[in-house]
Amino acid sequence: MTEIHMPRLSDTMEEGVISAWRKQVGEQINRGDVVADIETDKAVMELEAYDDGVLEKILIGEGETVPIGTPIGLLGDGSGSAAESGPSESPGSAQQSSGEKSGSEPQGDGQSPAPARQDPAPAGQGSAADSGDASQDGPRNRPKASPLARAVAREKGVDLSTVSGTGPGGRIIRVDIEAAAERSGTDQPSTAPTASTRDASTGAPAAVEDPDLEEIPLSNIRKVTAKRLTESKQQAPHFYLTSAVDVTDLVSFRADLNERLQAAGGPKVSVNDLVVKACATALRANPSVNVSFRDEKLFQHKRVHLGVAVALDSGLVVPVIPDADRKSVSEIATEGREKAERARDGKLKPDEMTGSTFSVSNLGMFGIEEFSAVINPPEAAILAVGATREEVQVRDGEFAVRKMLRLTLSADHRAVDGAVGAVFMQQLTGLLEDPIRIIA
Amino acid sequence: MAVITYRQALHDTLREEMLADENVFLIGEEIGVFEGSYKITAGLLDEFGEKRVRDTPIAEEGFVGAAVGAAMLGLRPVVELMTINFSLLALDQIVNHAAKIYGMFGGQSNAPMVLRTPGGGGQQLGATHSQNIELYYAFVPGLKVVAPSTPADAKALLKASMADNDPVLFLENLALYNTKGEVPDEVAPAEIGKAGVVRPGSDITIIGYSRMANVATQVADQLQQDEGISAEVVDLRSLRPLDRETVVESVRKTGCAVIAEDDWLTYGVGAEIAASISDGAFDYLDAPVRRVAAAEVPLPYAKPLERAALPSAESLTTAVHQTLEAVGHRR
Repeated sequence: MTEIHMPRLSDTMEEGVISAWRKQVGEQINRGDVVADIETDKAVMELEAYDDGVLEKILIGEGETVPIGTPIGLLGDGSGSAAESGPSESPGSAQQSSGEKSGSEPQGDGQSPAPARQDPAPAGQGSAADSGDASQDGPRNRPKASPLARAVAREKGVDLSTVSGTGPGGRIIRVDIEAAAERSGTDQPSTAPTASTRDASTGAPAAVEDPDLEEIPLSNIRKVTAKRLTESKQQAPHFYLTSAVDVTDLVSFRADLNERLQAAGGPKVSVNDLVVKACATALRANPSVNVSFRDEKLFQHKRVHLGVAVALDSGLVVPVIPDADRKSVSEIATEGREKAERARDGKLKPDEMTGSTFSVSNLGMFGIEEFSAVINPPEAAILAVGATREEVQVRDGEFAVRKMLRLTLSADHRAVDGAVGAVFMQQLTGLLEDPIRIIA
Repeated sequence: MAVITYRQALHDTLREEMLADENVFLIGEEIGVFEGSYKITAGLLDEFGEKRVRDTPIAEEGFVGAAVGAAMLGLRPVVELMTINFSLLALDQIVNHAAKIYGMFGGQSNAPMVLRTPGGGGQQLGATHSQNIELYYAFVPGLKVVAPSTPADAKALLKASMADNDPVLFLENLALYNTKGEVPDEVAPAEIGKAGVVRPGSDITIIGYSRMANVATQVADQLQQDEGISAEVVDLRSLRPLDRETVVESVRKTGCAVIAEDDWLTYGVGAEIAASISDGAFDYLDAPVRRVAAAEVPLPYAKPLERAALPSAESLTTAVHQTLEAVGHRR
């Protein structure tokens, strides 16, 4: 019997919510399968199985909150014995007692103070359960692994958090890494030196030897960002459409609008709020951009949910304004500001960061003229907003100083064709250059 | 090539070196008329006379101090301390004089002397006559400490010690005197500070010295024969200088290590070895380094208790099994 525990998924996580069980009781689970969605203080994350087995019992139901380390389900061989025997009294109790023993003074047996941990577990209990939460042990969510296992994992490109340790107390040892590498096919025996053959002068990984290089532990946000945006850039063929928009009227319109809103006790709106609203309107008019390409299938979104990228110290989050096409600019302004604020405090709920159908990213406040954004999957497009600058333009054969804004659409060519994207950009530009229509 | 005892190897080496260099002389308790408590110096008084084989009173500080003076003035004394336990009475001469003279007097004089002395328990000699306190000397810069485990090494290291210009504590062991081994007819002096891989292997490194190096080799042979385990045995041979490179190189190959030592665990030689492994082979370790050492008690006189307190082939085998279990050997 193996217990599945509430994992520690972020540095600050103390408890987690079972957002959804992705496996049913009686279902076969293989190591690495997603078993459940766990809602943390930061986001909804997938819980992967560390062991093979049959899900025999769900101990914690959907929507329930439990502290990290609490058994949430039981894996067994399918005979139902795991469900009968139930969970251990407290998480990691077996390790606790042996840990105490191993930490004591030598008792005069003339052996290193370690044997308690290394005694083979009595038959039929302990060892498999111990390894269940091994990778959540220790500070900073650092999987417990031998130095050799770490070195071999680096060499073979194996992510330790995906490996289940079979050493004492769930420690990940070399054989676990080698097994994982074999499964994932990342091992290249012909070129990769093994621990037993590499020579002393070149064997150690460079990251360890370079004193000018320090590893920064990844925040969960950064991990997710890295994973999803890599997927996006690798899988979605991006193309880019840039428009220069004359926002002279928009800027004065905004000033006028703010004056009136303020007089009425309303919130101020930003250029970005107007861009968000214009995008929502343009998406409603051009549903073929409000789509997703996923698993070789194209999906049409019937609602327009706009993600607005917010930069935090810990990484990038994208709060979502649902049904932005049906909200007024001031509603968008209020909601956007409030959600960005909570995102900065880390208090944004995971469901407030998921489900967007299109995103807007704005670096204009940094004076960036124009840039191309990476699509936020599973969306099919993202709009990159630059800075508003005064430029000399030709109007009716005369030079004129106009306020210009450059917008770049990144689109997934699997879902959106160039002409479709161009029509969207044309309409968006039209709205922004005739701003009264934005609030129409 | 002849198969001779460790005792014979020591005797032959002393005699050869005395024949080769008239500045070599022996000094110690009961080494002349009585021919040595362990008969290492048998026949040498008759052959070389009282001037070169000096019986002394029971006064370790006195005769070690005399040897220091003789060494400073150009002779090559080989002191026999009846057991390492009695060396404590000469601790000041060894640590504060022999070890310091070269450095403190600006190199004006060396102290080229050898302190031969056996350690070891298991002979029912009681707590004060059964200790393994070579660490006290291995701790001191200015001294060299060698600890051969075989007759051939005994010969090669004694030759090297007698040729060395620094004071050398030459550790023997009561349990080794009667052990036999092949000794080449011509033995060159060993390089002091060089460990030996006495048995190559790939699954685990076992490190020992003196008696425990022998036990380690026996255990490794047994494990190979019974279970097909390939254990590499490193015999330290020298505790100061310590050959960290050979140890580290072996652990980089095997990924795990057990240290076997006859001294006590806490602060023992094994602790230094374990720290060296951590320094030099951290990224290659798949399991914590284990140590097998003597129980932390004054060694009991009663035979069953004495046996239980000393590290043994059984306790070493257990530690090897546990370490192999920890690295998932054969899994």
